[in-house]
Amino acid sequence: MSADGVDLKKRRTLTLATSAVGAVGTGFVIYPFLAAWAPSEKAKAAGAPVEADIGKLEPGQLMRVKWRGKPVWIVNRTEQNLQDLASLESVLLDPASDDTGQQPSYCKNPARSIKEQFLVAVGICTHLGCSPTYRPELAPEDLGADWKGGFFCPCHGSRFDLAGRVYSGVPAPNNLEIPPYQYLSDTKILIGADGGAA
Amino acid sequence: MSMMKNFMGWIDDRYPMTKVWNEHLAEYYAPKNFNFWYFMGSLAMLVLVIQILTGVWLAMSYKPDAELAFGSVEYIMRDVDWGWLIRYMHSTGASAFFIVIYLHMFRGLMYGSYRKPRELLWIIGVIIYLAMMATAFFGYLLPWGQMSYWGAQVIVNLFSAVPVIGPDLGVWVRGDYVISDATLNRFYALHFLVPFVLAALVFVHIIALHKVGSNNPDGIEIKKGPKGNRWDDKAPADGIPFHPYYSVKDIAGVAGFLFLFAAAVFFAPEMGGYFIEHPNFEPANPLKTPEHIAPVWYFTPFYAILRAVPSIAGSAFPGVVAMFASILIMFFLPWLDRSPVKSIRYKGMLYKVMLWLFAINFVILGFLGTQPTTDLYTLMAQIGTIYYFAFFLLMPIYSKMDKTKPVPERVTE
Repeated sequence: MSADGVDLKKRRTLTLATSAVGAVGTGFVIYPFLAAWAPSEKAKAAGAPVEADIGKLEPGQLMRVKWRGKPVWIVNRTEQNLQDLASLESVLLDPASDDTGQQPSYCKNPARSIKEQFLVAVGICTHLGCSPTYRPELAPEDLGADWKGGFFCPCHGSRFDLAGRVYSGVPAPNNLEIPPYQYLSDTKILIGADGGAA
Repeated sequence: MSMMKNFMGWIDDRYPMTKVWNEHLAEYYAPKNFNFWYFMGSLAMLVLVIQILTGVWLAMSYKPDAELAFGSVEYIMRDVDWGWLIRYMHSTGASAFFIVIYLHMFRGLMYGSYRKPRELLWIIGVIIYLAMMATAFFGYLLPWGQMSYWGAQVIVNLFSAVPVIGPDLGVWVRGDYVISDATLNRFYALHFLVPFVLAALVFVHIIALHKVGSNNPDGIEIKKGPKGNRWDDKAPADGIPFHPYYSVKDIAGVAGFLFLFAAAVFFAPEMGGYFIEHPNFEPANPLKTPEHIAPVWYFTPFYAILRAVPSIAGSAFPGVVAMFASILIMFFLPWLDRSPVKSIRYKGMLYKVMLWLFAINFVILGFLGTQPTTDLYTLMAQIGTIYYFAFFLLMPIYSKMDKTKPVPERVTE
């Protein structure tokens, strides 16, 4: 091939244009592959609200309900538990629940609940997603003399009180999440929907 | 004989069979002073073959479904003929792979195998190591036991700790709001895919090795030394053909390795909870985290670094950054070492102490990563993390200060 009469400038422009069109095309093809990793419609639909019957939950007891594949705890707190909540405020990171992302507005109160007695919380540590252990006993040997009941995460040692509020100085950065919920009756809770109360 | 010759001629005109054989085996001249540490490369390839072979066989009976996965592993163990052997070879092979690779990497650190002109060879090696870790991580979810589930939950949540895009990134990786069937299914596909990428990377690693030539325990470039040996008067005088000399030596290494490997497979496949962790004999339960969770031993040094860094301003991200940085810093090693010599044999006491402390520190971090956190252990992990990074970041200083010994002209016997 002879280089005579070759318009190099035109050739460069055409090469550039072809590459650009090719790059755009590649981008379009990559998108479906990346998007296919997002939760499917089925996974999204599985987020339907669930009902829990708390009629048989004794004071001090915890029950677990599965909502969106996550454990949701319901704890029947005793009078003593509720009194202890106020005494812990100085050791907590966010005692007044100022981080609005962690609970619906109707649960931004000292007990972080609709009815003081019952705590409803997503049982997943806000650090790296382990499920903390329910430790209602007072001052157990491993948690120290000041322990007034709460949740202890076995993975990285985060601590939460019985309102799901995180202690300061532990790896978890936020209070436990309170899901949207509502009382259908005195003994029935619907988790995952609050009837627009928020 | 002439028929064979004609046949090879026919092939060679169409495919460079003899050329490749000679270039990479029969006429690839490796330094004559290789020692024990030089078994590890060929052993790593052997383990890769074992993993791919046993893995494909396991895939014939395994079901990547959250409802069926745990049961299908038990089915392989109890009902598939010799299934227990294939599965234990695969689970033991995973740990064996990391043992061999850690020794292979330590060999590189000792003899300066990452130094010029082998920087790219080292970098390809670090990429292989990353691919191995990804494969191991994907594979660990497949038995769908308690440790599989919660281990994956914690590691995927590392991505969620990234500021701003984190939570969406976590959901994207899982394909769900928690580790679920969708996650298991895609991890299975990736666990199948990445080993073949790994095999391709190993090929590239070897091509790079044969371009620059093997290093040796003396860290002397045999290509720069005198020429001429009894096979070829242009080849390095201190080189011997890889085949048959090192191919036969490596077979001895393979025999020794398989002896230990078989002992583990037959007598201690769980290795006291280190190769297969105890909570993994319980099916995954999304509602209950085991009392104590820890990754498998080969990840624990990095896990200890993750836990050692306290969260800053309510974000776990700094720990995540430290963990990834502890692996990525290896890429820069070739430019951190400023010593005039390559091999530990001619480096001074300062460097030797730093390197051995690094190895001991790595093992201690590994131990700490398996243990529940206590104040003492957290403090130890913090000191270990500081030393880990100091080893790399201070290397330009101490490798230069170090009193080195003169390097001989030729490799020592």
